[in-house]
Amino acid sequence: MTRAGVIAVVICAVAAIVAPFFLKPFGIFLISTWVVLTIAAIGLNLTLGYAGQISLAQGAFVGIGAYTVALLTPLGVPFFVAFLAAGLLCFAIGWVLGYPALRVQHHYLAFVTLAFTTLVFLVLRNEEWLTNGIYGITGTARPALFGWKTGGARDFYFLCLGMLALLSFATWWMLRSPWGRAFIALRENPIRALSLGLDTRRYTLMAFAIGSSLGGLSGALYAPLVQFIEPNSFALGLSLNLLLMVIVGGSGYFFGPFVGALVAVLLPEWLRVTHGYYLIVYATAIMIMMPFCPSGLLGLAERAGRALAGSRALKKTSMHTEGAGP
Amino acid sequence: MASFIQLLVSGLATGAIYALIAVGFTLLWQTSQTINFAQGEFVMLPAFFVLAAMNVGAPFWLATLIGIALSIVILGVLFKIIIVDPMLKYGVLPLVISTIALSLFLKESAKDFYSSQAQPFPALVPPTDIHFFDAVVSTQSLLVLAIAIITVIALNLLLNKTRVGRQMQATAQNPALARILGVPVQRMVFYTFLLNAVLVAIASILVSPIYLAKFTNGETLGIAAFIAAIIGGFNQVRGAILGGVILGVLDNLSAAYISSQYRGAFPLIILIAVILFRPQGLLGRIEERTV
Repeated sequence: MTRAGVIAVVICAVAAIVAPFFLKPFGIFLISTWVVLTIAAIGLNLTLGYAGQISLAQGAFVGIGAYTVALLTPLGVPFFVAFLAAGLLCFAIGWVLGYPALRVQHHYLAFVTLAFTTLVFLVLRNEEWLTNGIYGITGTARPALFGWKTGGARDFYFLCLGMLALLSFATWWMLRSPWGRAFIALRENPIRALSLGLDTRRYTLMAFAIGSSLGGLSGALYAPLVQFIEPNSFALGLSLNLLLMVIVGGSGYFFGPFVGALVAVLLPEWLRVTHGYYLIVYATAIMIMMPFCPSGLLGLAERAGRALAGSRALKKTSMHTEGAGP
Repeated sequence: MASFIQLLVSGLATGAIYALIAVGFTLLWQTSQTINFAQGEFVMLPAFFVLAAMNVGAPFWLATLIGIALSIVILGVLFKIIIVDPMLKYGVLPLVISTIALSLFLKESAKDFYSSQAQPFPALVPPTDIHFFDAVVSTQSLLVLAIAIITVIALNLLLNKTRVGRQMQATAQNPALARILGVPVQRMVFYTFLLNAVLVAIASILVSPIYLAKFTNGETLGIAAFIAAIIGGFNQVRGAILGGVILGVLDNLSAAYISSQYRGAFPLIILIAVILFRPQGLLGRIEERTV
């Protein structure tokens, strides 16, 4: 990472830490939502940005994670155990789901995951004995960590932020490892990766399963955050939203999901003035952005940065030539 | 038995509508590698064009023609020029994202600029029942079936018997070779978009009297079209027709005999089974992996 990049990340991290001290409860709720959605979007970015597969099931995995925690914690299971269980469960389901889909054609994962999302929704809605159907589950307790109770909005935000930091560090570390480099090789040139002896299908499946487990972990935080979960929250809409977040932020950029989730959380608030037309504006903006910059906002920033650097370099060379003149 | 016949006929009618949508979907995929995630919304929208035309005083038959014409212009020509053309050079996935955004756009536009309430839509024939052995079959189902069959036959004639149709097929099967043989490939691709717009408009006019015109209609119809296309074979027009009919019949029968709560789940289970055991679809050819 460049020095400018490091400085930008540090500034953003500091802003994320001090922000809740200046915000009203609703503002804290919004940034907590941002943190939770970012975790899910990081997971989807592994699938989409690195392995190049469209998954329309990330919202369903968030739902599975949320229900896992909401159902286990009242039984006396400690939160962090339930949290890990949500991640493991989603990893396993992701593996089982991705295995057949990735065996065949590259766009099939999109359809299989689309079907899966609908199936999960139907199960959550219909199996009332387990999930309480459309009435949902309320009051998932927020955990305590070494005596630190996270019942308050600000405390819970810091818990989520800590988890985000931990999980994004783990993802970053994974992407730096030889293993993660294989993911990047998949994205850059799948045929070459295959010819160099990478088992591309296995790595794609791994990226999808890990991405799904991050979706589950995000859901595990979502349930205690909103305190009320019901099947509709995890229908196709959420999956599409997460997908658009990754795209808007910049798929394949490590910080893309952070930016995309921020836009998705803040934009509806900023576009309050447009009343009900927010989604129309959002959809139009994405359709306009796609042909010009399919690599999202970070891709745009990178391009702008490069253009700036380019013009500066140009100036330097021209000065140089002037200086070298007679 | 009587109820079985009733379910079968209404299932065939629904299936015929799914088939029309799935055929358009398959055509776009074949000729331009466009996976249109807005296909369901494309079916939802023409009904609103018809209703809007009737609101300004057009009689139903004229409104229907206006609806089809608007659909050709907006869902065919404008869709191709504004959404698809600029995205083609980036490959399959970015275009998928654009069509997802488009589906959101169309759905919200129908909700905000027309109505969020389900709108009654005029039926093509007065709803009477025909008794037929013990079974009671509605004229509406029969008419839907008849129109869908006529459309499919007309489509087959167009694709197989006319010069343009054969050129379209050539484009779908091998664009590079078609170009060498002098087929105006770009124009043929353009025609498939127009054809898709006509098919979705017909489907819309057939389906809306049954489901009412509602902005959320596209969600279920779109998924049904994907599933029908995959069951039948993603690269076959015949396959899409077969897939649509199987899906419609199965949907009705399973809702009646197995579980109405999980009505939506059976098509999905079949989808997953097909992908597992016969990924090229029932009638499909195995496609080489394209990267």
